[in-house]
Amino acid sequence: MDYILPLIFMAIMGLAMLLYVILDGYDLGVGILLHYAPEGQKDMMVASIGPFWDANETWLVLGVGIMLVAFPSAHAIVLSALYLPVAIMLIALMVRGVSFDFRTKAHDKHKAFWNSMFTGGSIVAAMSQGWMLGSYVSGFRDEWWTWAFNAVIALTVPAAYVVLGAAWLIMKAEGDLQARAVVWARNAILPFLIGVSAVSIATPLISETIFNKWFTLPGFFALLPIPLVTAAAFAALWHVTGKKSIIDAGYGWIAFASTVLVLILATLGLAYSIYPYVVIDRLNVWEAASATGSLEILLVGTLITLPAIIGYTIFVYRIFWGKASELTYGT
Amino acid sequence: MNETALILARMQFAANITFHILFPTITIALGWILFFFRMRFKATRDAAWEEAYYFWTKVFALTFALGVVSGITMSFQFGTNWPGFMEKAGNIAGPLLGYEVLTAFFLEATFLGVMLFGRGRVSERTHLIATFLVAFGTTMSAFWIVSLNSWMHTPVGFEVVNGKMFATDWLAILFNPSFPYRFTHMLLASGLTASFVVAGVSAWQVLKKVDSKATHKALTTALTAAAVLIPIQIFVGDMHGVNTLKYQPAKIAAIEGIWNTEKGAPLTLFAWPDKASKSNLYAIEVPKLASLILTHDLDGEIKGLNEFDGKHPPVAPVFWAFRVMVGMGSMMLLVSWTGMYFLRKRTVSTLPKIYLRALAIMAFSGWIATVAGWYVTEIGRQPYIVYGVITVAETAAKHAPAMIGLTLTAYLVLYVFLLCAYVFVVKGLSEKPTRGQAPKLPVRLPPQVVSAAGH
Repeated sequence: MDYILPLIFMAIMGLAMLLYVILDGYDLGVGILLHYAPEGQKDMMVASIGPFWDANETWLVLGVGIMLVAFPSAHAIVLSALYLPVAIMLIALMVRGVSFDFRTKAHDKHKAFWNSMFTGGSIVAAMSQGWMLGSYVSGFRDEWWTWAFNAVIALTVPAAYVVLGAAWLIMKAEGDLQARAVVWARNAILPFLIGVSAVSIATPLISETIFNKWFTLPGFFALLPIPLVTAAAFAALWHVTGKKSIIDAGYGWIAFASTVLVLILATLGLAYSIYPYVVIDRLNVWEAASATGSLEILLVGTLITLPAIIGYTIFVYRIFWGKASELTYGT
Repeated sequence: MNETALILARMQFAANITFHILFPTITIALGWILFFFRMRFKATRDAAWEEAYYFWTKVFALTFALGVVSGITMSFQFGTNWPGFMEKAGNIAGPLLGYEVLTAFFLEATFLGVMLFGRGRVSERTHLIATFLVAFGTTMSAFWIVSLNSWMHTPVGFEVVNGKMFATDWLAILFNPSFPYRFTHMLLASGLTASFVVAGVSAWQVLKKVDSKATHKALTTALTAAAVLIPIQIFVGDMHGVNTLKYQPAKIAAIEGIWNTEKGAPLTLFAWPDKASKSNLYAIEVPKLASLILTHDLDGEIKGLNEFDGKHPPVAPVFWAFRVMVGMGSMMLLVSWTGMYFLRKRTVSTLPKIYLRALAIMAFSGWIATVAGWYVTEIGRQPYIVYGVITVAETAAKHAPAMIGLTLTAYLVLYVFLLCAYVFVVKGLSEKPTRGQAPKLPVRLPPQVVSAAGH
C-alpha cells in the first residue's frame, strides 16, 4: 500500500488536471474568442458553455486539492515557486467567472464592459497557466532561457484553448457562427503545434533522466506511437478544419476529438517523462506523499465518488447535447 | 521583516475568506429557499411561486459564481500562504478538504447547470431533484468545511509524530467537540442571511412599485423564516459560547474583556479594552451577568487573560466583533418580529413604508453578523492555527513582504470592485419591470438564433 497508494493518487491528480485542461480549456477558448465575434453572436457563444463552466472549473480544485491532500510537500514547493503566476491566474479566473454572470444580469450599457472582462480574464488565465506549465517543466529555474521558454508556453496555451473553444463551437453552433469557428480553429493550430512541440523537445533537454528515458533502445520504439499519433491527430485537425464538406456532413466533432487526443497524448508523454517525480529531479511521489492512513481514507471516498461524479457529469452533458440554444432560466 | 510578511499573509488570507464567506452564507440557505418555492409551486400550481423561484434563481446563480471563484482562490492559498499547515496537519485537513470537493462541490456545480438552464430539457421531476441536489451539495460543503474548521479549534483524535499530526480516530475528528455547535450556528446564520436578503430585496421591489404576487410570497416566506430562526440562533449561540468556555477559555476572556480571573464576572456591554494597562476603560457593566450566561451560576468563575501566559488572542478585535455580531442579531430579532406583528393585520403591499425601508436597509445585515462572528472565532484562536498544537507563525510561507503586499493590494481592489458590482447588479435585477422570467411566455429569441434553431 505504501508503494502503490501515492501512484494511484498521482494518476487521479493527472486525470483531474487533464480533465480540467480539456473542459475549462474550451470555456476559456470560447471566452477568448468572444472578443472576435460580432455582437449578435456573443450570447449564443456564452450559451454554449453556460450550463457547464461552474463544474468544469471544479476539476482544477480537485487537481490542486489532491496535490494539497496527497502530496502536501509538493504542493508547498510548487505553489511557493509559482506564487505570482498563481495569484495572477486566480484573479483572472475570478474576473472571467463573474463576468459570465454579470454580463447577462447587469444593465445593458455595461454588457460590453463585462464582455471585455470575460475575454481579458480568459486570456490572462490561459497565459498564466502556460507560464506555470513552462516553469514546472523547466524545474522552476530562474535563468534567461527558462524565462524565454516559459514565455513561449504562456503564448501557446491560449492558442491550444482557442483551438478547443473553436472546435467546441463547431459542434455547438450552426451557420455563420460555425463558419467563423472553423476559421478561428484553423488560425490557432500552428501556435498550438509549436507549443506542444516546444514542451516535447524541452523536457528531455532540461533533464538527463528524462532524455535517457526517451532516447534509449528499445524503449524509443515502444514510445514512438505517442509522437506519431499526436502528429496524426494534428493532421486530422488540419484536414477537418480545411474542408467545409466534412463539417457540413456532421463530422465537425472530429476537430474537437483530435484536439482532445493531442492533449491526452501530451499529458501521457509528460507523465512518462516526469515519473516518478512530482517535482522534476527534486521530489518523487513517495517522498511527497501524505500518511498512508490518510491516503486510504481518501481513496475509499474517491473510488466511490469519482465514478459518480463522472457519471452525473456525462448525464448533464447529455441533457444539453446537440446544438446550443439561447440561455434562459425559463423554458 | 518576517513579522511584516506574517501579518501581510494573514491579512491576505483574511481578505480572501471574508470575501468568500459572503456568498456561501447566502447560497447555502437560498438553495433550500429555492427548493421550497419549487415545492410550493408543485403543490399549489400557483404561478407566483414559480415566478419567485425564477427570479431568485438568477440571484442564486450570480452568488454561486462569486462563491466558486473565491473558493478556488482559497484552495490555492492554503499552499501559497500556509505551506506549514498542510505539512504538519495535512494528514487530517487533507481528507476533509478532499471529501468536500468530491461529495459536495462537484454535486452542486454540476447540477447547477441543470437547475438553471435545464427547464424544458428535463422532466419536472428531474428538475426538482437537481434543485434539491444543489441545495444538498451546498449544505454538505458547509458540513466538511465547518468540521475541519471546528477541528482546528477543538483538535481531537490525533497523535503527533516527528512534528506531524496523524489521525487516530476519524469519527472523533469529524464530530469534534465544537462541531455540532459551530455547524448549527453557521447553518442558522446562513438561513438568517438569506432570509434578510430575500426580504430586503422584496421590500425594495415593493418600494419601487415593481412588485407582484411573487414578491409578496417571497417576502412573507423570508420574514417568517427569519422570525423563526433568530430565537433559535440566539439559543444556539449561547450553547456555542458555553462550549467555547470549556475548550477555548482564552477566547471567552477576550470576548468578555476579562483581564483577570474572577468569580461573579460582570457582563461588559461597552468598553475600550486597553492593552497597555490590561484593563477596560469607560466600561459599562452588568454585575455578575457574564458568569450567569456562561456558567449558568451567578458566582461562576471565568478565567481571565492573565492565565494564558501571553498565548491569548488580541482583545480589542474579538471584543468588538462579538458586540457587532450580537448587535446585529438583536436588530434581526426586532425587525423580523415587528414584521410578523404587522403581517397579522396587513398584507405585504400595505406594510408601512418606513418598515419596508428598514427591511431594505437590513438586506445584507446577515453579512455583517456572519463576518463579525467569524472574526470572533478565528481571531479568537490566535496565536494558534490548530488550537494549542500549531501556531500560525510556524506555518507561514517565507515570501518577500513586497510580493505579498502587491498581490494583497490586487486582491483587495478586485474584491471591493466585485462586491460593489454584486450589490448593484442585484439591485438592478430587482428593479427590472419584467422581473421573474415569465415562464409561460414563449422565449423571445434573437433573430439569428431563431434561424439557427429552426433546423
